[in-house]
Amino acid sequence: MSVLLIAEHNNKEVKAFTLNAITAASQIDSDVHALVIGNNCDDVSKALSEISLVKKVIKVEAAHYENFIAENFAPVVIKLADNYSHIVCSANTFGKNLMPRIAAKLDTSQVSDIIKVESPDTFVRPIYAGNAFATVKSTDAKKCITIRPTSFDPCETSGGSAPIESTDAEEAFSLTKFIKREEIKSDRPELGTARIVISGGRGMQNGDNFKLITTIADKLNAAIGASRAAVDAGYISNDHQVGQTGKVVVPDLYIAVGISGAIQHLAGMKESKVIVAINKDGEAPIFSVADYGLEADLFEALPQFLEELNKLNTIQK
Amino acid sequence: MKILVAVKRVIDYNVQVRVKEDGSGVVTDNVKMSTNPPDDNAIEEAVKIKENGKATEVVAVTVGEEKAQETVRKALAVGADRGIHIKTDGVIEPLAVSKILQKIVDKEKPDLVFMGKQAIDDDCNQTGQMLSALLNWPQATFASKIDVKDGKLEVVREIDEGLETIEINTPAIVTCDLRLNEPRYASLPNIMKAKKKPIEQLNASDLGIDITPKVQQIKVEEPPKRKAGIKVSNVAELVQKLKNEAKVI
Repeated sequence: MSVLLIAEHNNKEVKAFTLNAITAASQIDSDVHALVIGNNCDDVSKALSEISLVKKVIKVEAAHYENFIAENFAPVVIKLADNYSHIVCSANTFGKNLMPRIAAKLDTSQVSDIIKVESPDTFVRPIYAGNAFATVKSTDAKKCITIRPTSFDPCETSGGSAPIESTDAEEAFSLTKFIKREEIKSDRPELGTARIVISGGRGMQNGDNFKLITTIADKLNAAIGASRAAVDAGYISNDHQVGQTGKVVVPDLYIAVGISGAIQHLAGMKESKVIVAINKDGEAPIFSVADYGLEADLFEALPQFLEELNKLNTIQK
Repeated sequence: MKILVAVKRVIDYNVQVRVKEDGSGVVTDNVKMSTNPPDDNAIEEAVKIKENGKATEVVAVTVGEEKAQETVRKALAVGADRGIHIKTDGVIEPLAVSKILQKIVDKEKPDLVFMGKQAIDDDCNQTGQMLSALLNWPQATFASKIDVKDGKLEVVREIDEGLETIEINTPAIVTCDLRLNEPRYASLPNIMKAKKKPIEQLNASDLGIDITPKVQQIKVEEPPKRKAGIKVSNVAELVQKLKNEAKVI
């Protein structure tokens, strides 16, 4: 039994959630091989080979792997699949896009978004926006699994010296063409891995008012999140959305501002360690999951919050 | 151009889902059901493309029990031309659904297949990608903008880092994000008219494919409950609690 872990990267660096996926993979079986599909991505292979949980790195390079096109990536994984009992990657937009394409070709019923490994064939996964946890057993000989990154700790990035093997590229899929990627660059911590997240909802009323959130995020070194309502209304871009079909976050502190707390939003944040809700509607469902609820007008509360934070001189970075 | 749109009947998104006491699943009796929300976006987009003169027919298809037909009927009421209902009993997995849809695609020969990016019941996010793998077609998942060009689509996809634009040749699969459009409501006259539109019924068992589930559901439980929180009276108290009690700032 060996596990093939599909690494997510940008040809220079390993993406953070790959480390969580490696931890999950190692709980299935200790023989974890990391697959790097990319273009001029030596640094990525090297970084993965230094991870003690990784026993082998397989590198496949070609110009058509520069950008992540599932139609190009899937054939590489399928060709290697014979040697593995499990194929694993993160259940973010990378893995969600790719893994079903692999599973269908292997005639395997994929197990998506697992939060726990019970045994090599049995896993726990949330369903109905996390309102139920299902324990499921895969009966397929070869298992395709995507893991919820925030449910597994990132692995150590040192202590290993795995061999790096190269294998041949597959033909390019000519019917899909990459045009461009618009990434929003920010100096703030990434939403998925930040220790503190402060999110705004419809109650923010407009995009400009998100400045109130931004200044507090700067003070706390927090990532900025948003409810679907705020993204739909155009207050903030889609990469900030927290929820059932957005990002799932599990920070030490989650501050929900002007967010009513629809089931779909709670699905993305209710596992956070400490939850604060600031909302002027005392009956808002967000208070049902909040450790600390403040019933107040956010336009008064946020400036006061910043003022109180400024009084503290021990903010942890 | 012909567009096939797959829709799924799920527990309504506003319903607080309850786990059955025996751990066999969630309560569905007397619970409001509706179309999976992003499937509404898929129908809307197909109908809009037809209204813009770039498609000639929109066919709505669903897989499921007898009542799943309601979702097809709703699609017909907002502009789909005809429907197909493939009847199944019991649990059906995304892989099996994609095999069934492959059969329908073989028969209907659409230029595009649209569906929601994820069903809000099992949260699998698999069917579109699986269907495109089985057909060896291009896939554009999580679409928030679609431009129809000659024999091609330019699609903006919502990804974790922001937005990605790809160009795909037809025939192709597109899975739709909630931000793709604003689904319309069916008017009463259109609901009446939809009753006269045809829905073809087929039995999944007649399609010659194995749809037996390959993932066994062992048990379904309620997630751990959060400890009840407190209300604080002002911002100063909140900050003190976060610093001295929760110790998170």
